[in-house]
Amino acid sequence: MAFLELRDLQKDFGSVRVVRDFNLSVQPGEFVSFLGPSGCGKTTVLRMVAGFEEPTAGSITIGGRDVTHLRPNQRDIGMVFQAYALFPNMTVAQNVAFGLKVARVPKAEIDERVAEMLKLIKLPELADRYPYQLSGGQQQRVALARALAPRPKLLLLDEPLSALDAKVRVALREEIRQIQRDLGITTIFVTHDQEEALSMSDRIAVMHGGRADQIGSPFEIYNHPKTRFVASFVGTLNILKGSVTDPQTGTIDIDGNVIRLGRALAGKQLGEPIAIALRPEAASIANGDGREPLARGRITDVNFLGSVIRIRVELGENSISFDRFNSPNSPPPAQGEPCGVSFAVEDVLVLDD
Amino acid sequence: MKTNRIWSWLFVALAVLYFVLPLIGTLEFSMKMRRGTYSFDAYAAVLSDPRFQQTFTFSVLMALATIVVGVLLVVPTAYWVRLKLPQWRPFVEFITLLPLVIPPIVIVFGYIRLYNTSSWLPLTGSAMGTNILLMFGYVVLALPFMYRAVDTGLRAIDVRTMTEAAQSLGAGWVTILARIILPNVAVAVLSGAFLTFAIVIGEFVMAALLSRPAFGPYMQLLGANRAYEPAALAVIAFGITWLCMGLIQLVSRFSRIPNAGH
Repeated sequence: MAFLELRDLQKDFGSVRVVRDFNLSVQPGEFVSFLGPSGCGKTTVLRMVAGFEEPTAGSITIGGRDVTHLRPNQRDIGMVFQAYALFPNMTVAQNVAFGLKVARVPKAEIDERVAEMLKLIKLPELADRYPYQLSGGQQQRVALARALAPRPKLLLLDEPLSALDAKVRVALREEIRQIQRDLGITTIFVTHDQEEALSMSDRIAVMHGGRADQIGSPFEIYNHPKTRFVASFVGTLNILKGSVTDPQTGTIDIDGNVIRLGRALAGKQLGEPIAIALRPEAASIANGDGREPLARGRITDVNFLGSVIRIRVELGENSISFDRFNSPNSPPPAQGEPCGVSFAVEDVLVLDD
Repeated sequence: MKTNRIWSWLFVALAVLYFVLPLIGTLEFSMKMRRGTYSFDAYAAVLSDPRFQQTFTFSVLMALATIVVGVLLVVPTAYWVRLKLPQWRPFVEFITLLPLVIPPIVIVFGYIRLYNTSSWLPLTGSAMGTNILLMFGYVVLALPFMYRAVDTGLRAIDVRTMTEAAQSLGAGWVTILARIILPNVAVAVLSGAFLTFAIVIGEFVMAALLSRPAFGPYMQLLGANRAYEPAALAVIAFGITWLCMGLIQLVSRFSRIPNAGH
């Protein structure tokens, strides 16, 4: 049985429906991310789980207990906020101890637990500091320790890394994931950063327009997006527009390049416009390695980025970008050079919405 | 540029003279009780007067009660308005400013009509009842200052996120108010408290019309019957007000939380 169950959740703010038909089952110990752009409803769903927003319809069950109408302080959750939300009048140790004091845990046990938590976040020496004396990364670690100290059943992370600089963000996301794995705590993580969601999650719910467009593992979401939105939001994607030349054999025309997809295009008619998508890593320059070029064009951009070289090839109306690993023995191609682009037709996603 | 600076200094000097000269005059006059020499005789006379001690103690107690009730009323109200009813803020601010517009004499007459001995709540029927009425009157008078101070303090912290963080840790409203919100607006509350203290110590109209033995009516009584002592009393009252203002500055400067909220 799932540990967290969200059933037909709906939320209206006035006449605006911000969450609709949201269903999700989260297994014990699972790390699930809500990924989507601003305004897609991901934070609203999290706030409904936390109890800060009352659902307009639907139900929320945590550990078999219906908490839909319970107050936040009755739900046994821990939450970490984007703005840290440490209590400025309390030291680090007092912040971590707050939830335990509220629960009237004996003092000796509180001291022990606080020490344990500070060790977990690797900041035992900062116990007597005040929040304003800490860096952003340290504050967020303390916020995580504070949320975990009362041993909540469910951990909610509301864009906890968004306010941090890039380096700290990467380090802290690995640390959060490690701590989550060690404790085995069921976790919901809200983010608009696809890299965070892909690298940290067991499953991702990609949200769009108040509903989950797709829920699946990072591998599924990235490689088999079910909607055009998921395909374009997660990862970088080349979208090429053309027309159908033979729906039975799956032949299409992209800027005069005939591409045989090798699968029938159900519901498509001859001459109908079609859009296909291709991940940058699926394409490469055809350089006589035996792979037939599937499209021909001209190199319009070559950006040297250190470990990779980003190449942009114009096919006509469409253009396609892809990365090539840098090799000291192989200089980058010249701008303006004609070239062929090859890719496996199996990697082509036909977009139908 | 240079001419501008001269004019600026001239206006500053005029303003200082306008404020300071009467005070110097009062101070000088208060020390002239003994003929031909400066002395603190007027101060000694005032401080040894049992009525001074009684009225001053009464007003100090009223000020403390006003501060406690004011804090209990204003902090939860300002917090709730910020958290749950932000659209009501202009209305609440307007209400809190009303005591500056409505003269105290109008308020106190209203009280006497509402709470006289033949009313449903005859507060003026006993000394304690009248004291309570006076104290609530002072709460109303201090409302604009206390509300503004607390509201400014709340603006400096992220009230919503901090409340939600505390709730997610299991805290209820009383715990949140007592252990999170109040300590984080303590400096603002102290500022409001010192202003309230200064207002209550010098207040005359309400205390006189409710016939309570407060410091304000005592100052007036002394002023009507003596020469040097009222000047000494005025200097003492100014001193108390300045002390309050100085304490506001002090607590603001030595606040332990330089940037509450983040």
